[in-house]
Amino acid sequence: MSYTRPLDLKHGRVDLSHGSGGRAMAQLIHDLFVRHFDNDYLRAQNDGACFPLPAGTGRMVMATDSHVVSPLFFPGGDIGCLSVHGTINDVAMAGGKPLYLAAGFILEEGFPLADLQRIVVSMAEAAREADVPIVTGDTKVVEQGKGDGVFITTTGIGVVPDGILLDPRRIQPGDRILVSGYLGDHGVAIMSLRENLSFDTAIKSDTAAIHGLAADMLAAVPGLRALRDPTRGGLAAVLNEFASAAGCGIVIREKAVPVRDEVAAACELLGLDPLYVANEGKLVAVCPAEDAEHLLDVMRSHPQGRDAAIIGEAIVDPNGFVQMETTFGGRRMVDWLTGEQLPRIC
Amino acid sequence: MKYIDEFRDGDIARKLAATLATEVQPGRSYRLMEFCGGHTHAISRYGLLDLLPPGVQMIHGPGCPVCVLPIGRIDSAIELARDKGVILCTYADTLRVPASGGLSLMRAKAQGADVRMVYSCDDALRIAREHPDREVVFFGIGFETTTPMTAVVIQQAAALGLTNFSVFCNHVLTPAAMVHIMESEGDPSRVALDGFVGPAHVSTVIGYGPYEGFAQHYRKPVVIAGFEPLDVLQSILMLVRQINEGRAIVENEFTRAVTREGNRKAQARVAEVFELRECFDWRGLGEVPDSALRIRAEYATYDAERRYGMAYRQVPDPKACECAAILRGHKHPRDCKVFGTVCTPDHPIGACMVSSEGACAAHYTYGRFKEIPLRAEVSA
Ligand code: SF4
Repeated sequence: MSYTRPLDLKHGRVDLSHGSGGRAMAQLIHDLFVRHFDNDYLRAQNDGACFPLPAGTGRMVMATDSHVVSPLFFPGGDIGCLSVHGTINDVAMAGGKPLYLAAGFILEEGFPLADLQRIVVSMAEAAREADVPIVTGDTKVVEQGKGDGVFITTTGIGVVPDGILLDPRRIQPGDRILVSGYLGDHGVAIMSLRENLSFDTAIKSDTAAIHGLAADMLAAVPGLRALRDPTRGGLAAVLNEFASAAGCGIVIREKAVPVRDEVAAACELLGLDPLYVANEGKLVAVCPAEDAEHLLDVMRSHPQGRDAAIIGEAIVDPNGFVQMETTFGGRRMVDWLTGEQLPRIC
Repeated sequence: MKYIDEFRDGDIARKLAATLATEVQPGRSYRLMEFCGGHTHAISRYGLLDLLPPGVQMIHGPGCPVCVLPIGRIDSAIELARDKGVILCTYADTLRVPASGGLSLMRAKAQGADVRMVYSCDDALRIAREHPDREVVFFGIGFETTTPMTAVVIQQAAALGLTNFSVFCNHVLTPAAMVHIMESEGDPSRVALDGFVGPAHVSTVIGYGPYEGFAQHYRKPVVIAGFEPLDVLQSILMLVRQINEGRAIVENEFTRAVTREGNRKAQARVAEVFELRECFDWRGLGEVPDSALRIRAEYATYDAERRYGMAYRQVPDPKACECAAILRGHKHPRDCKVFGTVCTPDHPIGACMVSSEGACAAHYTYGRFKEIPLRAEVSA
């Protein structure tokens, strides 16, 4: 394909023609998306991608997630890698091996092409590292003022092997709750950049694809009851979802919950509770009590689970309350968040 | 970080609790009011009640600035934003406080009023400078802690000669409210409160001096306490000791931040910009004399009440709501019939359910599981 004028990736901006379905849009897709996401499926330039299923049996899993993070670039990542990691993790938390991704872009007129390129390169890298290609996509452009720069929706498809059945309704009293590492890094990294809030912190977002860790865990303990990545709403939201799905209570121990000193300090400063702060590269797992120690060992031997911990257990409680034993030895509830701790952070 | 750990050490807490248990006299009751919402929050969030021996009872006071803001004042703020077309800048918690007609600032915003959440009054001033063509009003609320900042921005606005900025002043005073709680019970000797955990941040500004007359007159000990959980436990122990010994003085647990005199500079700023209101309507407490501030005549242009000719209308609290009794320490949130059913943090009926410092919200969020008989046992 030859164009008289190459895409000006340095100074150019998104304009309405990039979404019009004409030559400019074809050029954007070809020079930016196809070039960076490069693979056979995408090169075929169809509106959909046909791909073979892996041999063997299993169930398909599909997950989709829209990303509207502000700011678009933050310590440790950007909206691009986040949109790849988030969806890969959603597939993985269903017990699936992620195979392919689709990406939809809503671009705001005026958005610098250089920034878009940075985002696309970051997505391409994230997809390559995770070994999950982006095989189809879509681009729309909205008028200035009607978007927030870039919105990205990614959809992932994967396969869940037979014998794996992750479902929080299977959680039973006595089951153990584990987390894969330090909580709250992503949320604090993002908040550190917010207008009016800016504070100095060395904390970086933990955004990462954790399907490798999940696969190791499932291989070691196929009887895992539930997996979930604690993104928006943090650990507290996941535990409350688990408790209400399972119809039992959960007790965690504050002392056992891994939170970095810097994150705790930043939360203190902002009046936040780290249990409610977002993560992007962590998971919460529930397993039968007898598998807990083994699962912990498996998690700790994976680089993404080095700081894993058993933080509590499910208990009999028809009210489905989540409680926490504080470092003081008292007990309190860990309830759903009311409203938002702060404006949206992921 | 070290700083935080020191005041959250579980072992020290358990030792303090053990000491408390030995010093509390059997059969005697210690009804202690924590005036501040910050203490209410700390007590709930760290599960401190579990550490107190029987006999020691904590009673939530009216020290949550959001909870005590009367409906009429929220209504006025909504009118400003909706009918006068101003940009109304407000702290987040205030957005959700129920007002008349099923409205709140948040709902008014959804209906098109220009209400903006700010983290500090500086932000409001910045917005005024960025929008010289719009009128910007800062909805100033809070106790002595936030007042100096409001005074500073008013003086800054004056120095900059800003003509599109004003403050809707609702700043209230702590000692007046404490006196009111004692007085409103009729005969002061009959009041069933035995002591006060005194405000932390407020006292960094006004010092602990202003409570001395109170402690002496009402024969009630006051211990100024920080907001860390160990501060609260330590102050409870200090109160129990005073009560046991029949003393009633002001003691300062929060020595790392509070002195007798407080912050003189901040006090001077406040005095330059504000003067006492004869009377202010508090949600839950009603009219309390000399309990709030208004903007002095010298700064009249920055006074939204004068600028927009706002007249205060008293609006009664919703019928079912027990906020008034809760703020005075007469009732516990669980005594309210609509607690946790009709009234929840997502759909607050009364103001105590809005901020995490409100007694009802704190109990709902952190403590309500204790009300419900649990068959819950931690399995082995
Ligand atoms: S539960 Fe709601 S209505 Fe009842 S006292 Fe508390 S805030 Fe008021």
